[in-house]
Amino acid sequence: MGPLVPDIISNNLNFIVALVIGILFGMILEQAGFSTSKKLVGLFYGYDFTVLRVFFTAGIVAMIGVMGLEHFGLLDINLVYINPTFLWSAIVGGAVMGIGFVIGGFCPGTSVCAAAIGKIDAMIFIGGAFLGVLVFAEGYPLFETLYKSANWGSPTFYETLSVSKNLFAFIMVVFALTGFFIASIVENRVNGIKKPPIRLTPYYVGIAAIGILLAVSAFIFPDRKTTLIQMTEKTEVLDEYPIEVMAIDQFAMCVMRMDECNKFQIFDFRTAEDFAKFSFPRSYLFTFDNLFEKEPTKLLTIKSRINVFIADDELTAKKMAIVASELGYKRIKILQNGFSGFKEMVLNFEPIEPATTIDEKNTNRFRLKAKKVIPILADQFKSKTGPVQKKQKRVIGGC
Amino acid sequence: MNETKYMNPYLAGVLLGLLLIATIYITGRGLGASGAVKSSAIAVVETVAPGHTNSATFYSQYRKEHPSGSPLMNWLVFEVVGVIIGAFLSGLISNRLDLKMEMGPQSTSRIRIAGALIGGLLWGVGSQLGRGCTSGAALSGLAVMSTGGIITMLAIFAGAYAFAYFFRKLWI
Repeated sequence: MGPLVPDIISNNLNFIVALVIGILFGMILEQAGFSTSKKLVGLFYGYDFTVLRVFFTAGIVAMIGVMGLEHFGLLDINLVYINPTFLWSAIVGGAVMGIGFVIGGFCPGTSVCAAAIGKIDAMIFIGGAFLGVLVFAEGYPLFETLYKSANWGSPTFYETLSVSKNLFAFIMVVFALTGFFIASIVENRVNGIKKPPIRLTPYYVGIAAIGILLAVSAFIFPDRKTTLIQMTEKTEVLDEYPIEVMAIDQFAMCVMRMDECNKFQIFDFRTAEDFAKFSFPRSYLFTFDNLFEKEPTKLLTIKSRINVFIADDELTAKKMAIVASELGYKRIKILQNGFSGFKEMVLNFEPIEPATTIDEKNTNRFRLKAKKVIPILADQFKSKTGPVQKKQKRVIGGC
Repeated sequence: MNETKYMNPYLAGVLLGLLLIATIYITGRGLGASGAVKSSAIAVVETVAPGHTNSATFYSQYRKEHPSGSPLMNWLVFEVVGVIIGAFLSGLISNRLDLKMEMGPQSTSRIRIAGALIGGLLWGVGSQLGRGCTSGAALSGLAVMSTGGIITMLAIFAGAYAFAYFFRKLWI
């Protein structure tokens, strides 16, 4: 599952990756014509909309691609850098950059490109940008209030607008296509060309068809989560799927001996409130979504650990265990009768009276001990194992 | 020899989009450019005036976020070095390598130099306020549908269109 850094690609190798990505980035920008300021500012005077076309096509393709990777469970979006939103800073900064665009004729990426092929104005522009950063750095106390005001965290635009993600993506695509159409009309008028703005050449039809095909595929193939949930709803799967069940007394024994054997770990699928009220020592609060996230699931792959899934009832735990097994995690057991069973049989245990057989006497002795010891252990270890954090950002990005 | 024609913009857009997807999939972050300028500016100040970087807030905050190593050991710095190489190769292939300056028909070299310098300066300040430029905030922000990125993008275009009229003599 992506992102591949830092688990599969180390942070040092990442620098080489950066170099390769940069080379491709530079080549595409230069080939698209971003190395000349006259072409770039054409956007603002209506004679050349290349920038608009390249920029929005790239943005839309990337947006849909990222959605697709997430949809098919290939990318954990929680680990991807989402640019933070500081409202006023973003607006003022953006406007300043916009003015800089019409005066300077470049933006930073394109200026680097243009400088690389020998444009002197681009080299001066980069010098200017360098000075600009220094101005910001030295004047930071002046900018600081604006820079940090209206911190909204890192929301996505569809969350801010509270619309569905698919709808938002669809609106953006329509927006871009309309933009391309209008741009072509304006461009032809400004340059005095009499041609229909959009020609349906096989080339454009081909690209559009691939795009539509990809977008439709997302609707045809349900995402991994949905498929797995549907699978666990089937009774024949629930009945036949081999998941090892741990008897209550055996489980209680393991909990009590945790100090000696750290061979097994508990994944608690109850609610956060219940978990806060009572949690087993060295247990992790887990959710269904956690099973699909990169960072939390690392816990499931620790070598030679037995993963015990518990939920309020055995059935829920079994469903989670089936999903986890399908996702390729091994050594998963579930607790017999779930947490409610454990609570009744151990935590609220009432001795069998009168205990006649030797078995009943042993049960009484063991469970009374467990009833006393486990809550103490639970208290002792409570602070050490917090719930698994849902939001984890490891990458620092942005400019 | 003549310069080769530029690539079809939609094709270039699709390629750039695919590159951005690959970047996010591999590294968990998008593309960028102004961050490299920031890193080099900080590196220069740290070398020239080490005492100053310890006292001024901006530099000490950067240090808090990036505790160790030279500011140049930065993902974006490597990426921008790549951009220089890639653009140079592309210019070489397409016969566009030439030491020259470009300006509108009514503009002069002196005006162009001043414009490039002031424009760059505004980008330097603006990209810090906007937490990224066209690549880091607008394009990469759009790819992950970040509110901040999209607002910055809209503000860049709005600012440019709002002031385009006043600077038309520079270009047309």
